[in-house]
Amino acid sequence: VYRLHGRYHEMAPNVVPMDYTKDPDVKLPMQLIINMPELKENPFKERIVGSFSEDGEGSLSFNDFVDMFSVLSEMAPRELKAIYAFKIYDFNTDNFICKSDLEQTLNKLTREELTAEEITLVCEKVIEEADMDGDGKLGFADFENMISKAPDFLRYYFKQK
Amino acid sequence: DGSDVDNEEGSAAENEENVKGTGKGTKRATPRTRRGHARGRDRHGDEEDEDDEDGTRRAGHRRHRSRRRGRGAGKEASDSDMEPSKSRKNQANQKSKEDDEEEEDEKGGKNGKGKNEKKADKKPDKKGKKEKANKKKKDKKKSGSGSDSDSEEEPITEEELAKLKEEVEEKKKLIATLRNKPWKMKKKLSVLKEAQLFVDKFEGALGKGKGKKFYAYKVMMMKKWMKFQRDFENFKTACIPWEMKIKEIESHFGSSVASYFIFLRWMYGINMILFGLTFGLVMVPEALMGKPYGSLPRKTVPRAEEATAMNFATLWDFSGFAQYSVLFYGYYNNQRTIGWLKFRMPLSYFLVGVGTIGYSFMIVIRTMAKNANDDGGGDDTSFNFSWKMFTSWDYLIGNPETADNKFASITTSFKEAIVEEQESRKEENIHLTRFLRVLANFLALCTLAGSGYLIFFVVRRSQKFALEGLENYGWWERNEVNMVMSLLGMFCPTLFDVISSLENYHPRIALRWQLGRIFALFLGNLYTFIIALMDEINLKARYLFPFTMFDIYLGNLEEEKIVKYNMTIWEASLYNGTIPENSTAPPIQVDPADVPRGPCWETMVGQEFVRLTVSDTMTTYITILIGDFLRAVFVRFFNYCWCWDLEYGFPSYSEFDISGNVLGLIFNQGMIWMGSFYAPCLPAINVFRLHTSMYLQCWAVMCCNVPQERVFKASRSNNFYMAMLLFILFLSTLPAVYTIVSIPPSFDCGPFSGKTRMFEVISETLEHDFPSWFGKVFGYASNPGLILPFILLMVLSIYYLNATSKSYKEANLELKKKLQSVRTEN
Repeated sequence: VYRLHGRYHEMAPNVVPMDYTKDPDVKLPMQLIINMPELKENPFKERIVGSFSEDGEGSLSFNDFVDMFSVLSEMAPRELKAIYAFKIYDFNTDNFICKSDLEQTLNKLTREELTAEEITLVCEKVIEEADMDGDGKLGFADFENMISKAPDFLRYYFKQK
Repeated sequence: DGSDVDNEEGSAAENEENVKGTGKGTKRATPRTRRGHARGRDRHGDEEDEDDEDGTRRAGHRRHRSRRRGRGAGKEASDSDMEPSKSRKNQANQKSKEDDEEEEDEKGGKNGKGKNEKKADKKPDKKGKKEKANKKKKDKKKSGSGSDSDSEEEPITEEELAKLKEEVEEKKKLIATLRNKPWKMKKKLSVLKEAQLFVDKFEGALGKGKGKKFYAYKVMMMKKWMKFQRDFENFKTACIPWEMKIKEIESHFGSSVASYFIFLRWMYGINMILFGLTFGLVMVPEALMGKPYGSLPRKTVPRAEEATAMNFATLWDFSGFAQYSVLFYGYYNNQRTIGWLKFRMPLSYFLVGVGTIGYSFMIVIRTMAKNANDDGGGDDTSFNFSWKMFTSWDYLIGNPETADNKFASITTSFKEAIVEEQESRKEENIHLTRFLRVLANFLALCTLAGSGYLIFFVVRRSQKFALEGLENYGWWERNEVNMVMSLLGMFCPTLFDVISSLENYHPRIALRWQLGRIFALFLGNLYTFIIALMDEINLKARYLFPFTMFDIYLGNLEEEKIVKYNMTIWEASLYNGTIPENSTAPPIQVDPADVPRGPCWETMVGQEFVRLTVSDTMTTYITILIGDFLRAVFVRFFNYCWCWDLEYGFPSYSEFDISGNVLGLIFNQGMIWMGSFYAPCLPAINVFRLHTSMYLQCWAVMCCNVPQERVFKASRSNNFYMAMLLFILFLSTLPAVYTIVSIPPSFDCGPFSGKTRMFEVISETLEHDFPSWFGKVFGYASNPGLILPFILLMVLSIYYLNATSKSYKEANLELKKKLQSVRTEN
């Protein structure tokens, strides 16, 4: 945790205090956080930060910061990661992953190299494959069901410090 | 409110200290329960405080920490009366750990979270881990000593005990599962705190303290072990050569192109091992322990050739000095053992030859089996697209280049999946497609027949030229056959490619057809070539077509007779007299270079193979440079001043020709297998060639090629390559095995000279080096009466295993279907 605090402090030395005994109300804005080297290349960085942010705008207090890294760490169990992954992919935060969320995800993943029809094809396929309750979008249960069977999931959510 | 809580905690703390100070006594029970009550109140207070600022909590924690320390001190005091050395040891440990913690406290930042919270945080921080373990140990120790002190108490009633046990279990479970809950950090921390306190207090009462130390220790060791394992895996992955290059190619070009490079790397591995065998067991012993160059006639360059022996041209042609060295069969002496180690050279040569073939078979089949397992086993495609979408990004990437690659690979992977999907959705006009396919096959057959006829024609023509004497004709006529074969090899595959566009197959299947057709082309060419030559064996045209071993061998036979005759005459001339029947005259010292040599067909064959490999390599490299690189340069720079768009029309950038390269690799390997018995240097040359080829091709692919339009997944193709490789392996070992078994070796060169058959080495070894009963056993074992039933048994077991594997596969499919239907029901 000391290291984490060091990193947190590094990002905005003038704002983050070393001493937390008086519990200052410090929040770091999103911009600073997504410039961290671990997150910089990640296409989902805004979403990641957003889903851990308490106030929903993307600013992280130190608690949130620690929260985020703890979920991304390898010690976190699968269910927990699944919960947060769902939040990350849910762009419009309506607790469902709908078609537009999928399209946005896909665009971020492929940096918009796919044609429009390819995108629609993929999104349709995804909904077709994972949607169990037939509402045209993925609820958390659908997501969990699908992710739990994926072999790669844990591997790519690891984060070593 | 907070302050109330604080006060309570403070008073409780004081109480504790007092109680501890006074030591044991029946008072113990009551204070504890009182403490328990106080704790209970605390707990409630804490829960109310949930959404408080961090500050109060932190303050509370601070105090908590000090309380803990206080408790620790108190414990020490009470323990001092205790007898068991264990507790004293605990104490000592405790003390040191306390010191540690204090140190770290002061050292670390005044991060109010402090140690408790550190333990609460689930950082894979090593320090954190240790602390957690420490804390656990401390807990256990405290409870341990607690229990010790308890043993002198009157036990609490059964009911209370059971209830307490339950609650403790509950709390422990809560602690263990706390990580899983998606609560905010604060909530988690508070819940954790109280649960830990509870467990602390009451675990002692239940006397479960002992033995937990080991548990904590074990947990720590497990974590360390897991970390070590992970690091080791990472290290192993980092050790795989060229992994980064191949990943890069895979991300840009798709898995099919990458599969070629993976195949190349695998071949490299095999060749390294073959190289190790031949080099270590054949070339090195001979070089170190055999008779040196120049001591024997077979090891010396003949007088006639001496002048040019060291010229580069001769060396490049692998004659001259290179011919009379460990690189080729002819150099080896047939002495049974050499050197002070009594190394059995001929035996080793034989065994290495057989061993390379055996090893190659084994490894090809093993790889095929492994691939079959991977494929047939778990091809769960039920969530294909979803998985690709959600799990393909690697969150560990921090490097922009790697990120680029990853994006490219994700895109490619999506495109592959899309192609698969489109293929499965395509609707076909069956009749038209069938007609087109039949037409395409017909055209391909025509091409094959045409090329066969062309070769036949050309071979006949060159024989005619040879009869009339080569000097009358220019370069083209002399090398007509070679040139025609190479040209055919270059243009027919392109023709096949064009034909296959008629067929409209899935790209993977189209690749297979392509490979099959090219394969048939090469085989057909070779076959017609040999047939055309068959008629000519009787004519002495062998030196014009140095390709066929058979040819060489037959020529050799005749030459041998001639040379033997010559040699006797020559020896006689040395004695200046008649040819005595039983000559017992002492051998006259003659310089080895002057002795007339017998023909050495094995070396000649080896030389041919080496020359072929070298020229093949050269051709490939030049093709790459010209075909890909120059073409790319041309298209790139001349595009500005050309009438039509070079990049989109003809010629445009070339795509990577998977089938051509794969076949080239396979045939090359076939040649190596054929020739390595006669030229031990071949694996070495091949290793070198593969090494450079890898770098050159990787560079060429990234620099001059564009990805194919329809990238496809190559997962099943690997077995296809293996199957072809197996076939070629089989074909190429036939000649070597045939020569070992039925043809007498040359009388004047090589490790088997003087024997009637090469495999007699084995029987010789059995006689001399093994005890006599061994030979007898072997003799019985090789009785046909025993071998035939054995073969029958093996065939039957193959059949049985095949049948069981089929049934397993079917059962597997059934289960999968069931799973699928269960899933969709839900």
